[in-house]
Amino acid sequence: MTKTIFKRPKSLKENIFHYCPGCGHSIAHRLIAEIIDEMEIRGVTIGVPPAGCAVLAYNYFDVDMIEAPHGRGPAMASGIKRVLLDRFVFSYQGDGDLAAIGIAESFHAANRGENITVIFINNAVYGMTGGQMAPTTMLEQKTTTTPAGRHKSLDGYPVKVCELFSQLKGVVYAQRCTLTSPAQVNKTKKAIKKAFQCQKDGLGFSLVEILSPCPTNWKMSPVDACNWIDEIMSKEFPLGVFKDDSTTTKKDREAV
Amino acid sequence: MNKFLMSGNSIIGEAAIRAGCRFYAGYPITPQNELTEYMAEHMRNAEGGIFIQSESEIAAINMIAGASVAGARVMTSSSGPGISLKQEGISSMAACELPGVIVNIMRGGPGLGNIRPSQGDYFQATRGGGHGDYRTIVFGPATCQELADLTMDAFDLADKYRTPVMILADGMMGQMMEPVVFKKPKPRQYSNDFILRGAGEGKSKFIHGLILDAIDMEEHNWKLARKYGVITENETRHEEHKIDDADLTIVAYGTAARIAKGAIKRLREHNRKVGLFRPITLWPFPELQLRALSQKIKNFLVFEMSTGQMLEDVRLALQGYATVWFHGRPGGAVPTPAELANVVARYYDKKD
Repeated sequence: MTKTIFKRPKSLKENIFHYCPGCGHSIAHRLIAEIIDEMEIRGVTIGVPPAGCAVLAYNYFDVDMIEAPHGRGPAMASGIKRVLLDRFVFSYQGDGDLAAIGIAESFHAANRGENITVIFINNAVYGMTGGQMAPTTMLEQKTTTTPAGRHKSLDGYPVKVCELFSQLKGVVYAQRCTLTSPAQVNKTKKAIKKAFQCQKDGLGFSLVEILSPCPTNWKMSPVDACNWIDEIMSKEFPLGVFKDDSTTTKKDREAV
Repeated sequence: MNKFLMSGNSIIGEAAIRAGCRFYAGYPITPQNELTEYMAEHMRNAEGGIFIQSESEIAAINMIAGASVAGARVMTSSSGPGISLKQEGISSMAACELPGVIVNIMRGGPGLGNIRPSQGDYFQATRGGGHGDYRTIVFGPATCQELADLTMDAFDLADKYRTPVMILADGMMGQMMEPVVFKKPKPRQYSNDFILRGAGEGKSKFIHGLILDAIDMEEHNWKLARKYGVITENETRHEEHKIDDADLTIVAYGTAARIAKGAIKRLREHNRKVGLFRPITLWPFPELQLRALSQKIKNFLVFEMSTGQMLEDVRLALQGYATVWFHGRPGGAVPTPAELANVVARYYDKKD
């Protein structure tokens, strides 16, 4: 008897990822697809991919999808979810998409407690456009628009999305995780599952921030990129659960 | 049928709800706030009705895009500066072929301008408005009754052609009160093929405007262009008023056309035979219908509450077959019928 321990999730199409070697997007995609399979929600899920490297996510996810203009995913997802209350709606966003051009849409969808899930890929850089500064770029980090390194007095500071959003009452769940080892990948998968479960239970806005390697634009090997996350990036962006109101919110809902 | 006395902004809201609009998102801006407030009060009472006061006009247009793809009839509204913000989303809806109704209650511009009635957004509305090669159907209502009728029609056309439709009125139309009768809305006809509700057991769908291959993108542009051609052929509307014996015809839309009618009454009292050609669809512009008039009328005067925007469409339509004069009052100034009558009389008396 052979036992299958790993296979392509049903919610991923057969297409080969276009992502660079060592990029975190493909792992994040697979984790989401695995959870969609496990929760048996492929047929009732609608995804909203962003502008950015993941703009082509609809080539990979085998669920209904509609592309949002840059940063507007949570507004579009709010519109979809309000009309289709029993569907799963997730928005997949990068750091520029969520924390720069789309900060208003993301912040206010969170503040309204929209019952959607946001998967936030934080790779500290604009990937698709060739490695410019992101709102989450680290101080001193060199990018094509911070050639001498990000300087606090000129460029401001890295935006800490989980810390910021966890202050909002509409946010029921916020966790930051990473993909730098099998153990971290498993933790990330659990975080996404928890976020989706919050949505299933109708509890409100759930957010999973994933520190994700971008070896191409960081100009590092994939292994060095993972090490940089573990040793440097995660010091600025600590991993962990920033908010989990799921139990109390669930009790409150049941009491009502 | 019952008659209601309502303000223009409220009429648009009521007509939309009666037409089956069940999702409205908007951000306050004068002079259209009564419409947002009407939707806040009445949309939530309509079965399945959803109202969201959005954080911005950008968010509002993307919310209605989301609700549209989820299968709802959708609307948003704003005025000049807010409509500028919505253009990104309107372009995206045109690209993704999503139906939706956008109301622009125009105010004085450019920039923040003022909150007086104006017609300076004609170019923006009729040339697409956002980036890329697209058009939106644009209605220019001139009475409260037309606000009601055209709002309902806007939803039907948005569905029929899967495209955003704009109601282009101004602060005067939004604020004025007139008696209105709401017609019976037509049952909605819209295919489930274009709605995302989750793939079920079937094949998943994706809707996108990103088409990286140039030849594919070219074909998408031509597909849209063919659709706009069909719209131009079938949906162009205009009104002709007292032109049978006219020697001079005023071309005006919306509030300006109302003023023109008052001016024509005065002019005719002094035996000046002046008529009115009023485009009801601003895009598609009633080009052929206006050109046909030039067979017998050789003098036209375009009157707009702008420095001359529709003027360009009139010149293009007439192709030099007739003389075209212009009178404009931009920036929120609204002339009286008497002023316009005086202006027109001067041109009338010096015509050939």
